[in-house]
Amino acid sequence: MTAIIELDHLSKHYSPAIIGVDDISLSVGDGEFLTLLGPSGCGKSTLLRMIGGFEEPTAGTIRLAGQDVTALPPYRRAINMVFQDYALFPHMTVGRNVAYGLKLLGCSELEIRTRVYDALKLVGLYDKLKLYPHQLSGGQRQRIALARAIVRRPKVLLLDEPLSALDAKLREQMQTELKRLQEKVGITFIMVTHDQTEALVMSDQIVVMEKGRIAQKGTPQQLYDHPASIYVANFIGTTTFLPGAVEAADQTTARIALGGGEIAANIDRPFARGERVTIGLRPEKIRILAEGETAANVLAGRVSEVIYYGLGLRLGVTLADGSRIFADLLLPDTLARSQVPPVGLAVRLAVAPHNVFVFAGEEAA
Amino acid sequence: MTTQTHRRASRFAADTAFATFIALLMGFLYIPIWVLIAFSFNDSSSLSWPLSGFTLDWYAKLAGNEPLLRAIRNSFYVATGATVLTLLIGVPAALALHRFDFPGKTAFRRLILLPITLPGIVTGISMLNMFKLTGLSLSLETVIIGHATALVGVVVTQVYARLQRLPPSLQEAAFDLGAGPWRSFVDITLPNIRSAIVGAGLLSFVLSFDEIPVTFFLTGRENTLPMYIYSTMRRGITPEINAVGTIIVLLSLGLIILSVLMTKRQGPGR
Repeated sequence: MTAIIELDHLSKHYSPAIIGVDDISLSVGDGEFLTLLGPSGCGKSTLLRMIGGFEEPTAGTIRLAGQDVTALPPYRRAINMVFQDYALFPHMTVGRNVAYGLKLLGCSELEIRTRVYDALKLVGLYDKLKLYPHQLSGGQRQRIALARAIVRRPKVLLLDEPLSALDAKLREQMQTELKRLQEKVGITFIMVTHDQTEALVMSDQIVVMEKGRIAQKGTPQQLYDHPASIYVANFIGTTTFLPGAVEAADQTTARIALGGGEIAANIDRPFARGERVTIGLRPEKIRILAEGETAANVLAGRVSEVIYYGLGLRLGVTLADGSRIFADLLLPDTLARSQVPPVGLAVRLAVAPHNVFVFAGEEAA
Repeated sequence: MTTQTHRRASRFAADTAFATFIALLMGFLYIPIWVLIAFSFNDSSSLSWPLSGFTLDWYAKLAGNEPLLRAIRNSFYVATGATVLTLLIGVPAALALHRFDFPGKTAFRRLILLPITLPGIVTGISMLNMFKLTGLSLSLETVIIGHATALVGVVVTQVYARLQRLPPSLQEAAFDLGAGPWRSFVDITLPNIRSAIVGAGLLSFVLSFDEIPVTFFLTGRENTLPMYIYSTMRRGITPEINAVGTIIVLLSLGLIILSVLMTKRQGPGR
């Protein structure tokens, strides 16, 4: 895949002490849906705004389709943006909003009309042509902002938290709709979000950011199944962390002593004997063993908490040393509720060695 | 049953009290104007109740009163000049305040507002001193300058407040869609602050039109309407003055309607 956006050692330092983006190099493939994911203040929005030309980098270069655009203002870049607040022009109708960017391109009246029609058709709002933005619902405004941005056929479309202003139900629906639209128009999308579900559902590639730097880049599955750090494991999905020490290790497996037992884990890099580590466990990958059943890794504890969340149950299990891990129990059958372990019951948990994350060092909590 | 009747009765009392209050308020605001209009059509030159008969004499007299007509023309000239000058200075100043961050910005904002709060007499005397110093002879133009210094604050405050309420993303979106700084200002910023500019302009016009203290110090041999009325008042109110007042009320009404149309034609604001 050819790269459409290349960031080369890009930095934005507001002052020596305040760093927005710190030395980021990143390449975005043509036609890709890439998401910049991270908590507020991690620099993801600053990075997006630099690509759009709204912020000037203090160092580094931005290339768009091979051409250096670092010094170009936004109106000279073949990039468009969907703003978080949509930024629809309140004094113009939907039609004039969408047509505005085409008028500035110098398109003919006829071309403008057909392209506005196509763009509005694409988002399913052609009948709203003559309405003003304040007469539309939040979801409709969002789509108009999208139509206004893609009607110019940019090389790259930037989306700044595009769904954050919508209610939960609509957001879920728009996630798949946006993804489908992106595949249809074939434009590269770069989206900023702090919502991990949004990132997982929509992206081809996710870049997790931490304090102005890239913590990890990969496909949603790579990030979810092989988080590179405690930070990433903590940010994507739910993870319980336990401190431990390496008892024995070879190239691919390690035995790790925990306060409340011992656990085997698959590893992809060497660990030294006696090294302090943190292991991470996903609640949905932990199974509750039936009476007499055995497994490779067994942790014994007592149920201390039962949380019901509709889809299933999340059990808090306290181990012998007082540390607590979570295990999910799906409830595919309503009647199965009678088998729910009560608080105080002794249970044995099993987790496969390839589902145990091992991180060097201790959790900075 | 009884509680319901009670409730209905007390509701009726509350409604009546409220309606009475509104009527009194409206009366307080508008009865003087109706009296003025009524007397301008009254055929007696003494301003006493009851009205004695209908006449258009005062309007006819007014049309032949050369000094009065001249004062009206002067007032329009001064108010228009002051408004245009104020807008020419005030709107760019508000834009600069909004766009740029510079040391002493807050101080600048306060200083620009100060002349509004200064009594007209102080502005008048100080401007008079300055014009004397620079050797400028007093005329209607010096009155325009005097009015503008006080009115710039009105325009800057109004336009700046509107700019502050505009989301910054609007201009960014215009940039994003290919508009340079000038295009984005004309196409996006200006239409969204237009009603504030029109409003501030109208307010400036009205304030300048009936201004006396500053005018008193800065005018040369020409008189504006309020100055003229003030000077003839020493001989008592004549129905002619009421006729002028009536015309001004009608003109103001026209101005208000015009401003509503001007700010509404571009479609719903927000």
